[in-house]
Amino acid sequence: MSVKVIKPGLLTTVQDLGRPGYFHLGIPIGGAMDRLALRAGNMLVGNDEGAAALEAVFMGPELAFDSDALVAVTGADMPAFVDGQERPGWTSFEVKAGQTLSFGFLKSGARVYIAISGGIDTPPALGSRSTYAIGALGGVDGRAIAEGDSLPLGKGGAGKAGATVAPDLRQGPGSPAELRILPGLYWHRITEEAQKNFFADEWAVAPEADRMGYRFRNGRPLEFVDREQPFGAGSDPSNIVDGCYPYGSVQVPGGTEPIVLHRDAVSGGGYFMIGTVISADMDLIGQLQPHVPVKFVEVDMEAALDARHARAATIDGIRAALT
Amino acid sequence: MKTRYSFGGDEHIFVEVDEEMSLDAFFKSLSMTNAVRDSNIRGVTEICPANASFQIKFDPDEIHPNDMLAELKKLEGAAENAEKRMTTRIIEIPVYYNDPWTHETLMRFRERHQDPNGTDLEYAASINGFDTIEQFIEAHHSNPWFVSMVGFVSGLPFLYQLVERDRQLQVPKYLRPRTDTPKLTVGYGGCFSCIYSVRGAGGYQMFGITPMPIFDPEQKITYLKDFMVFFKPGDIVKWRPIDRAEYDSIVAQVEAGTYEPKIVDVEFDLDAFNKDIDGTNAKLKEALNVG
Repeated sequence: MSVKVIKPGLLTTVQDLGRPGYFHLGIPIGGAMDRLALRAGNMLVGNDEGAAALEAVFMGPELAFDSDALVAVTGADMPAFVDGQERPGWTSFEVKAGQTLSFGFLKSGARVYIAISGGIDTPPALGSRSTYAIGALGGVDGRAIAEGDSLPLGKGGAGKAGATVAPDLRQGPGSPAELRILPGLYWHRITEEAQKNFFADEWAVAPEADRMGYRFRNGRPLEFVDREQPFGAGSDPSNIVDGCYPYGSVQVPGGTEPIVLHRDAVSGGGYFMIGTVISADMDLIGQLQPHVPVKFVEVDMEAALDARHARAATIDGIRAALT
Repeated sequence: MKTRYSFGGDEHIFVEVDEEMSLDAFFKSLSMTNAVRDSNIRGVTEICPANASFQIKFDPDEIHPNDMLAELKKLEGAAENAEKRMTTRIIEIPVYYNDPWTHETLMRFRERHQDPNGTDLEYAASINGFDTIEQFIEAHHSNPWFVSMVGFVSGLPFLYQLVERDRQLQVPKYLRPRTDTPKLTVGYGGCFSCIYSVRGAGGYQMFGITPMPIFDPEQKITYLKDFMVFFKPGDIVKWRPIDRAEYDSIVAQVEAGTYEPKIVDVEFDLDAFNKDIDGTNAKLKEALNVG
């Protein structure tokens, strides 16, 4: 049982829930940028929530099936077609042996997740099938899928066609997208005015936005509090002695364009960070297209934890409805 | 040294042992990360030591962030008094300084550099007060280095030279990072040397290249069969300058599966080092020659 790649799309990778445990060596957790969409897709086709699926950014692939399978497309709004017949998103449908799955234009969001019954069964690396291209780990030979690849599938489960996630449980970003941030780390390095401006300004996603990190522009540059640079840090006021970077941390090289590190984060480096996007909002970043407006919203730890619990409750709601 | 704790969102605690780099800060950071590992605090998912700081990733569904913070602070006193001694290994890394591949790359990104008319080595030699790049290269390889962090990408080591602060070499990073760096480039930024484990973006100055791979996701290279990442914090490195002929020879040996890096087990004691830096370094280098 396998799926043949007729067209790979723009950048389509095998992703699951990632490989924790190696960040201290510079190997990030990786996995689906939008975890809720991956979990929902897998539940719709009767897989384990963490089974490997395809993550396609901005453009879908074209896939030929050599056996009957159950498929669900979640995440971004991008129409899916089976032999040219449109199928609804966030809903499981059948693809018969010999049929082809293809996609239309992206309407909103950035990444679709294509879950197939049985899951993509490429060989795991360090405990995960997630593709980490920088380290050539996981996926198909450590890279994105390419024309002519044959993607092996696992054994299908008990899913049924027609299962669907209720619209109120399909949570994507609004407009402007609001990303909640817990200030901290080197927040004290910028002036009070810069702290206010950062949250007051409307930012936009820059073209440099990928699995490693999302860059933002259009806000005012951040003013630094004067100091003599510590030994070993480097001469720019935005430099620190190279340290660890949290997932979701917001670094601002030169004080100009904030970068939020995502699932394929570099594990450390020499730029100061002003805070961290809370865990509940990480999935939303994976659905942002370049140029969309974004507001950063200041929250405290209790609000971050409340948001985390609310996100978990949404996933529980999907689980309760589907399994 | 003043230790500072901060939350990195709801899943991380970032601990800055000191704002500036020193071996004392590194040892305290390493002691604390070891203590975290040994104390089996519930909810800890990743323990990441860095040069003068470290980071703990945890599951806030298992333990409240405030409780995790309290657990970490409890470990600080003991870490401060822990023995600053370790059994480690010294590794000889061959370096082809001023090689054609990093030279080609640095010329390609010249407009992102502080000195568009020179090379990275010429710039580094000049701002560190050396008359020639040969003198600068000698200052880079004549004393051993300490791996004070592994990270950025795929097993990349950050190295800190085992000399007094007034003998430390310091070089700023590129004004704007390059989009390309040859695999196995020996780089430099701030007071740290590094080896780029994979090809990719980078902001460190480029001084040379090693023929010795340090990351192998396929685990085919003989000395990376057990694990794909070569370095760990606490490793000691001695650079050895080589020429083109030896570079080519080692590349061929690596491909043939016959290359074995020179590695010797050694003890490192920070107090003994601080008392007699040149004497400690002489012993480290001797271990490599005997081994």
